[in-house]
Amino acid sequence: MSQKMHIKLNVNGKEEEFLAEPRELLIYTLRERLNITGPHIGCETSHCGACTVTIDGKSVKACTMFVAQASGKSVTTIEGIGGPDDLHPLQTAFKEHHGLQCGYCTPGMITRAKKLLEENPNPTEEEIRFGMAGNICRCTGYQNIIKSIQAAATEMNAAKEAAE
Amino acid sequence: MIPAAFEYHRPTDMDAVLSILEEHGDDARVMAGGHSLIPMMKLRMADVPHLIDLQDVGGLSGIDIGADSIRMGAMVTQAEIIDHAGLAHAAPILSEASLQIADPQVRYMGTVGGNVANGDPGNDMPGLMQCLDAVFTLIGSDGERDVPAREFYEAAYMTAREDDEVLTAVTIPLPKGGHAYEKQKRKIGDYATAAAAVQIVKDGDTCTSASIAMTNLSDTPIFSEAAGAALVGTAVDDAALKAAVAAMLDDIDPSEDNRGPIAFKKHVAGVILRRAIERAWSRA
Repeated sequence: MSQKMHIKLNVNGKEEEFLAEPRELLIYTLRERLNITGPHIGCETSHCGACTVTIDGKSVKACTMFVAQASGKSVTTIEGIGGPDDLHPLQTAFKEHHGLQCGYCTPGMITRAKKLLEENPNPTEEEIRFGMAGNICRCTGYQNIIKSIQAAATEMNAAKEAAE
Repeated sequence: MIPAAFEYHRPTDMDAVLSILEEHGDDARVMAGGHSLIPMMKLRMADVPHLIDLQDVGGLSGIDIGADSIRMGAMVTQAEIIDHAGLAHAAPILSEASLQIADPQVRYMGTVGGNVANGDPGNDMPGLMQCLDAVFTLIGSDGERDVPAREFYEAAYMTAREDDEVLTAVTIPLPKGGHAYEKQKRKIGDYATAAAAVQIVKDGDTCTSASIAMTNLSDTPIFSEAAGAALVGTAVDDAALKAAVAAMLDDIDPSEDNRGPIAFKKHVAGVILRRAIERAWSRA
């Protein structure tokens, strides 16, 4: 019944292969098996978005996907977006605009915001609020999260323009 | 939250799906986006010894807009519906409703087939599809059959689909006139306290046809033929609106839960339907 299966995942550009029970939730695979602890477990009921990762170009709550479903796919977590020495513009903007207080929701927020800005590089405040509705923050009241995403969008668009 | 152990199947064609269903009977279930089933499995409210993931099965994707109808494969996601330029023109009520389902992450995964086949009275697509007079295509070991959405729902989680059948497509006649999907919910991501799907056709100042269905106000979606009939032949004035709301209230049967007592739900249903009709009429 609980037979293990062969799983292949590309996580942040690195190929991973291992045996796992299909029922293992992707968030546990990332955190406990692969030691990728950026995505957090908040509610574990698909509501809070702290576990948000990107899978094949979609923002996905990693608590609501079995590792078996993810097998063969590419997963990007906050670790794949930027690190202490090469902060992504969103990470810089969250830092500069106080887009976090306790920081627990932040990896999910930034992972989701990155996808949002890929789909809509110039979002209005309303579009940001709607596009970020799957991520809950208990500290900030969201205002500074919105500001951070707006600042990052401006920065990223300017960088893109300069590069062209 | 760790679900009970299961055997995972990811077949690549429908024949393989049907043979797994045949072999394991009640012990097997198909999964589309999984955002209803996985939470139920995590809570151990659903026990699925054989889980059949449909993600690699061919023929279940795609949105085809024809001269008279629109066909959506069962695995079409809410995000795909929202992003589809052709649908925004041909059937804007589909994206208006989809945008009110759950949140962005869930809409990347949530599918039209899963939403209509699940049978949860809280799902938005069943009422929407009853309003649009959709037909659901089911495939089983005896072949394919079509079931109208208005005849599909029997009780909460009980539908006309047999255990060994899979819902493969949803087909709707091209909607005519004005539309609205109006939903009252406590917060983003919540199921409806009350929701109304309205499609309405106008000739001059007179309503010539109206289709109305309600969500989460009974243990099935409610297609209220009487509410639609109350608008036909009128100028959708205040008296007609009151008659439509009264007819709808006769058809629904809400129960008390954490979204409120029965009287409150009926009140909200009336407000929501009135708003939906007024918006649909203004677009007709």
